[in-house]
Formats: sequence, structure tokens, C-alpha cells
Amino acid sequence: MPTNQSFVHPWMANSGSGIKEEMLAETGAAAIEELFSQIPESHRRRRPLELPPSLRSESELRRHLVTTLDRNRHAEQYLSFLGAGCWQHHVPAVVDEIVGRAEFLTPVWGSPQSDHGRNQAWFEFNSQLGELLHADVVQLPVYSWGCAIGLAVRMASRMTGRRQLLLPCHIDPERLAVVQSYCEPPEMPDHVGIVQLAADSKTGGIDLADLRSRISSDTAAVYFEQPGYLGAIDPAADDIAAIARSHGAETIVGVDPISLGILRAPGDYGADIMVGPTQPLGVHMNCGGGVGGFMASRDEERYVREFNGFLVSIAPTRKEGEFGFGLASAHQTSYGMREDGKDWTGNSVYLWAIAGAVYMSLLGPEGFREVGELIIARANHAARRLAQIDGVRIGTAGSFFKEFVVDFSATGRTVSHINRKLRKRHRIFGGKDLSAEFPEMGQSALYCVTEIHTLDDIDRLVDALEEVLS
Amino acid sequence: MTGDNLRGYHSAAWSEPVVMEMGYPGRRGQVFPAPEERVTAAVGTASGLVPPSMLRQDRPALPEMTEPEVQRHYLHLSQETLGMMGVSLFGTCTMKYNSRLGETVAMRPSMAELHPLQHERTLQGILEIIHEFDLILRELSGMDQFIFQAGGGADAAYTQSVVTRAYHAHHGQLGQRNEIITSIQAHPCNAATASAAGFDIVTLPLGSEGYPPLDALRSAVSDRTAALLISNPDDMGIYNPEIREWTRIVHEAGGLCFYDHANFNGVMGKICARELGFDACMFMLHKTFGAPKGGGGPAVGAYGCSEELAPFLPTPVVTHDGRRYRLDSDRPLSAGRVREFWGNIPQVMKAYAWARSMGADGINEASDLSVLANNYMDSRLGRIRGLERSNPHLDTPRLEMTRWGLGPMKDETGVGTVDVANRMADYGIDPYWMSHEPWVVPEPFTPEAGEMYSREDLDHWIAVIREISSEAYGDPELVRTAPHRQAIHQVRGEVFDDPEKWAMTWRAYLRKHRHGDDGEA
Repeated sequence: MPTNQSFVHPWMANSGSGIKEEMLAETGAAAIEELFSQIPESHRRRRPLELPPSLRSESELRRHLVTTLDRNRHAEQYLSFLGAGCWQHHVPAVVDEIVGRAEFLTPVWGSPQSDHGRNQAWFEFNSQLGELLHADVVQLPVYSWGCAIGLAVRMASRMTGRRQLLLPCHIDPERLAVVQSYCEPPEMPDHVGIVQLAADSKTGGIDLADLRSRISSDTAAVYFEQPGYLGAIDPAADDIAAIARSHGAETIVGVDPISLGILRAPGDYGADIMVGPTQPLGVHMNCGGGVGGFMASRDEERYVREFNGFLVSIAPTRKEGEFGFGLASAHQTSYGMREDGKDWTGNSVYLWAIAGAVYMSLLGPEGFREVGELIIARANHAARRLAQIDGVRIGTAGSFFKEFVVDFSATGRTVSHINRKLRKRHRIFGGKDLSAEFPEMGQSALYCVTEIHTLDDIDRLVDALEEVLS
Repeated sequence: MTGDNLRGYHSAAWSEPVVMEMGYPGRRGQVFPAPEERVTAAVGTASGLVPPSMLRQDRPALPEMTEPEVQRHYLHLSQETLGMMGVSLFGTCTMKYNSRLGETVAMRPSMAELHPLQHERTLQGILEIIHEFDLILRELSGMDQFIFQAGGGADAAYTQSVVTRAYHAHHGQLGQRNEIITSIQAHPCNAATASAAGFDIVTLPLGSEGYPPLDALRSAVSDRTAALLISNPDDMGIYNPEIREWTRIVHEAGGLCFYDHANFNGVMGKICARELGFDACMFMLHKTFGAPKGGGGPAVGAYGCSEELAPFLPTPVVTHDGRRYRLDSDRPLSAGRVREFWGNIPQVMKAYAWARSMGADGINEASDLSVLANNYMDSRLGRIRGLERSNPHLDTPRLEMTRWGLGPMKDETGVGTVDVANRMADYGIDPYWMSHEPWVVPEPFTPEAGEMYSREDLDHWIAVIREISSEAYGDPELVRTAPHRQAIHQVRGEVFDDPEKWAMTWRAYLRKHRHGDDGEA
């Protein structure tokens, strides 16, 4: 294979000629080619690599990337009411500054001493989230909310030796698909069977009678969300946890952390393992690339010994009165024990833990209260305004926080049609189409309203829908 | 200037309190407006909108700080993070320049403010980048389709097991094919993810040539074999020259072959996974392809496979019909999902930017340089007291990294690899990677030079090792008690396994250490 002697690149210090020859002399080889002598000739590529031409010049590369991405339409050009697992919340400028710091952005592993600042920021994420949840143990985040549910269910299954999971019928099918993957197919030895519980028609939460009839000594865990996928705040959380406890099952609760300034801490209503999304805590939507999932529990050894990932503990140092932070559970992970470890772990979304730490310390208790009050008021206001449009009704039963179902069935139009018109005529991204996921809901869409939506935005949506539906 | 002259170094040491102890009641870092009167008049207040049983009564015990206080606290913490600020040759992770351009572009709303459920016609720009990058990875690997849903290398290995399940289930053999074969030198995530997916693990030991002998594989395969998960070269820098025969044997037994391309940097442009008989492979975009690591993600394990396996891929798959880019979720044989949405898309964009900047010439040059740099280091490290190269009887050049051991130093001075790693930070050098479990080489360390660092940087790194070696032989206590020039001193790990003392949150710390009998932090 030819070695290009003249290729100088701004990211490679030893490219170009001269220095390579000097380094080669140190190795004792006559040519770089000799250094590849381990690879048999028959293993070499059959033809040289053919790729698009190099854009070595930053100026050219920038132009190419920006021009290509400008073909997108984004949520600052369009008014967006999309949520469903990825939400448009305000990201404070300081959060962007801190996660953009090269010290936090580029490192790989370090040691408790050399990367002390990062470890402290991690501990501060876990500590602040612990205050919102009322949980004494918080793990560094995993890939996503769905992954967190899956891992929590597997924890519960290992702890109880049982193989059944109960969860609500109204769960995000995308999230459920991830959970199903973690629960393994029936052919596999650790398969966990999933049973979906009916919804209470008044509250939108779990139907307690259905829960009581299905739970048994085979149930490893009951999982529910607060608020649920379709937005409902379940008023019976204490009862669900009590029923689970009385059958020896673990209660796993998924919560939206941005709601916790106004909604009760799950640790106070009987949650054993708490999970949820980290993206609302200061991470841009990033086309879905902002998602992450947290996991937390009480500080009991039976839980701590089952976590799959990294628990960061404060610890003393060799110097009296000084503290540092290290990994308390590394030995039980797959890094330490391969296939005998607790499930598995790997690179995750730890930069978003730092984003979350900054976000939570910026908001403080009053910020969480304010943002929660603002979101629930604006979302409820938007829902009432929409319900005044002919043929439009709100499909979420009971109370809701930031998401709610808008049922267009009586308008005679499909969500797909409505969303197309909203997009093309009004530069609005309508709510997520639920008609394929939940056919029994007819032509319904899941709308999301957050603190970024102003009264004018809500008026604009109402006007646009009136025009589209007229 | 040569890098042999050691520079003086000391970390920033801000003695930052834990944020939970900072601030003053009533201070604010962000404020939100109260709901407008028109809204309140229509719907009332939050206390009336939340069911009484679910209304929060307590104030969460978060710090109350101004915006600049928060900013300075976290800037200080960033300054107490060494990471890549010095020279980081963290083996197996392929430390690269993470271009600032990638960050600048990722912050633009045309990337940051996209929602993955937008109509695909409003996402044509990002879908084009994903598809074009898919084509680049296909060219590098010979595979037929890539997806980016996996949030890291381990998640891509997990994807392989999920695809393996779907493939064998489709052929009615999942119950029977319950074994995954890997090697003791493969990354632990291969064995762990396969096990978590429900498979039994068969782990092959190494032979005298540094890789598992062919006979070990032959006796491991059977009609229970579901798949082979293997990396090549391994973390010792040793390439298995029999790998084509391996894939043939596994295929003959009815199993699938997955190439964990964690160690791609030294062979990119040189070999092609599909030509070596693999059905699928994985690239880590936060390693080989220049996206930043974030101290542990967000990352991407790009998973690619043959046409035969493509129907089983998690959805959605980005496709191009000649006119438009599409998100294809209508794949009835799909294994489902390993994570919500389509992946850490800004990282995919940054990796695409890296590949476009490099081009074919740059990629070939980078693998040349990374192998040259590693052998340059091997030659110089070999002259330092107390070090021993893994498999000392094998004198062929290694590929992009070499596993070394400090066994002789440990025997002669009591100073081991953890001590040396701690001491390196005192010279502004990111502690190196030692080894995955189990430690096949005593007191291991694994430098990987990559293509970014200059010879001067490499010389500096080597000079630090040489200096610490002489310290170990002259004043071992100095090394064992290191670091001495960091933000903090050596952390004492006794609490980490003690349920009475570990404290994973500030709440737990207060309960156990401030309110209890034990006043020790």
C-alpha cells in the first residue's frame, strides 16, 4: 500500500515527511510498511479506499456542514409541540458553556485525583437529583429512560428471583420496545414476561382493580410513570406501591425530573427504584441525541449491590480533612467481572450528568417550583383553549403536567393531514401522531407545552388549528 | 526542542466545597416568569392542577446560588480536571483531536434544536449526513448497512446479541444456539452484553503466539454456537493472522461473526471486515472517528452488517431512495430497539466531519502514523528500567498499541502500575489505561499514541515514565503516596465497600458522617 509522503493535515503532527523518517529510524524498520508485518498479505484490502474528497480546510468543511444542516427545519424556526421522550425546554447558557469546556468534553477516564473536578461534578449531579427524588443512592446516568427501566427491571428480577413485570398499557411504544429488548425473548433463560395493566378511566393512571387481580408471587416489579406517557398524573401512587410491597414486588417509578418542584418526590410514596429521563435537565433535544436515563434507590445494600453502572462516593484522602470522589461499585460491574458482573455497562452519557448538575444548581428549589408551576399552568391553558375548537377534545383523563392527548377524531381529519397543514401553512410542528400506536384513540396526537411556549405561541396554535380544521 | 526536559506542573487546586454547601437562602441562578393573569384566571394555580395526593409540600434541598456563582464553581471544577489538557495516551480508547468546529456546528439550532419525531422532510440535512457517513463506514468495512442507535461500544456489542437473537429465532434455532464465543482478550463488554442478552459465554484462552489457538476455537464451536465476538488486533497490539479461518469455522458451524473494531485505528484502510468473513462489525465514533468522549459519553457504537443480517437491525434505518432521505421503521423482522430514537446524532455529525476532513489519504496516513508512533514508543520504552513488553518472546512490530507490564518494577521496588499511574498526573499526564479484567500481564499499562500527538509529546510522555521509574528505584514511597501536585491527595478507598460509610449522595453523607458518630469525611 502506498504511503503518502506529502499529506500534511492540521490534526496530525507527524504527517508529512522528515519526522516520520526520524521516527522510523528509532524503530529499526526500513519502511512503515514493515511495521504491518503481522497482517498477512491475503488479509489486506482488495482495493484502495475510495472516499469523498478530503475537506482538510476548516473553512470548506464548515461551509459543507452548515449548508447541509441548513436543509433541516428546526424548533426555533418552527413552533414545536413535539415531546414523547424528547422535550424542548430552556437550556441555560451557562450549562452550554460548562459542557463545552474541553476539560469536561474530551477526557476519557482519569483517576479520582487527576479528574477530581469531573468526579465532584458527577457527585453533585447525583446529590442534587437525590434531593429532587428523595433518594440516597443515585447512579451515573445510563443511555436512556428506556434503558434505565430495562436495567431496573433486571435488578428487580435478580433481587426477587421472579420473572414478571407489570406496567401500564399507556406507555411509549418506543420506550416499551427498549424494555422488551432488556427483558429477553421467551427462549432465553432470564426472560421477564411483560403484562400491561388497564388504565383508570377517570385518572388516566393505573386501574388498581386490574393491578390487584394480576399481581402475584411471580411479580418481580410494578412499573409506572409519573406523569404517564399520555400526560396523566396518577393520584394513586401510594396505593400502587403498597400493593406491590404487599406482594413482595419492587416498585419502579419513572418520573420527569423537571416536574419535581411541584410533584411529590417518588421516594416519599414508596418507590424502590426510581428512573427517568435526564434530557429535561439542561440538554438540547439534539435530534434525540440528548437523551439519557437516571437510576436511583434507597441506600440499602440489597439495591446497591445490584446496580450495573457507576456509583460515585465521597471519600477521605490521605490528607486530614480533605475529600475526593471515587467509584464505589466498579468491582461488581462488567468491567470488573465480565459476564459475571451485574448486567453490563460501558460509555454512557456522563457529560449530561455535568449538564444536569449545572442546571439543578442554577434552578435551586425556587427555580424548580417556578418552572413546574409555569409548565402545568401553560399546558392546562393550552389544552382548554384547544378543547374550545369544534370537534377537538382532550383525551387525557384526569390531571396532567406538560403533555396531553388532543383527539381530533370528531373533526373528520387525520392527525397526519392536520400536521401536514400545520407544518406547511403555519410553520408549526403538531403533536406526535398516536393513531398507529393506540388505534382505539382514533385520530389523536400527543401535545407538549413547556416553559418555552408563550401565550402568543398558544394563541398561534389555536388560530392555526382553527384555520386547518375550518 | 526535545520533550525530554520535564516541565514543572501543578494542578489548579480550588478546594471547592460540594455545591450542596454553597449559596445563601433566596439567591437565584435562573428565574421563570409567573403564569400570566389570563392563564391563572382560566386554569387556576399549580396547587389546584396537581392532585392533592401528589402535590409536593417540601422544598427540595438544592443550593441557592446566583448564575455567576454557579458558573465559577463549575469552571473551577473543570480546571481541576486534567483529562486531555496534558498528553493522554489512554490505550484502547484512541485519544484524538476533537475538533472545535464539530462543537460549533453542533450548537447551531439546525442540529441542537431538532426533534427526532419531526417529519422526515424537515430533517433532510441531518439524514443526508447520516446516510453519507453510513456510506463511508460501508467503504471502510465492506458492510451493507449501518445504524447509530447504540450509545457506545458496549451498546453496539449488545446490538450484536440482539440481532443474533432475532436472526436465529427467525431460523427456528434460538433455543438451540445459546452460546457466544469470545476470547479472554476481547473487551469485557462482549461477554457481558451477550450474557445479559441471555447467552452462555465460551471464553477462549490465549496461546503461545499471543492469540487463541485455532484448535481452541475448533473445540468450542458446535451446533450450539450462536456467534463469535472478537477484536483484532487485540489490546496487546497482536493481530491474529488466522482470523479468516476463524470466520470460516464459525460459519461452517452455523454461527455469526462479529468484529469488534475497537482497535480499528491501526488497521483502517488496510483491512476490510467483510473480506475477512465477518457478518457485522462495530466502530466507536468517539474513539476512532474523532468525536469527543465527554468523560464517558454521549458516545456512538456504529453497528454495521451484511445484507443478510440487515432485516434484523433495530429500527429506524436511514435510507435514500435516490430523491429523499427516509427513516425506515417498516422492517417486520427487526430485533426491536436498544435505545430510544436513532442515536447520539450530533456525535455522528462530528464523526462525519472527521472522516470528511481526513479523506482516504488522511485515514491511510493516520493508521500509518499511529502504528509508527507505537513502535517508536516501544523502542524507547524498552530501554527503561522495570518495564517489560507483553509476550516478550514475540519480536514482531505491534500495531497501534502495545501492552506493557511493570512486573519487574513491582518485584524490585514494590511500586506497581496503580502507583505509577497516580504519579503520572503530577507531571500533567493523564493516568494511562492499565488493562481490562483479567490482568493477563502483571502490573499492566497500555499506551496508544494515535496520530494526533507530535513526537515531542511522545518523548515527553516517555520521559515522565523514565523519571517515575528512577523515582521508584530511588524513593518508592514518593511514588506510592502520589499524587502530590494535584487538586487533592490520594483518595482512600476503604469506604467504597463499606455500607456504613459509602455515601453516593450528599443526603447519605450528611446522614452517615455529619449526623452520626463518625465525624470523618
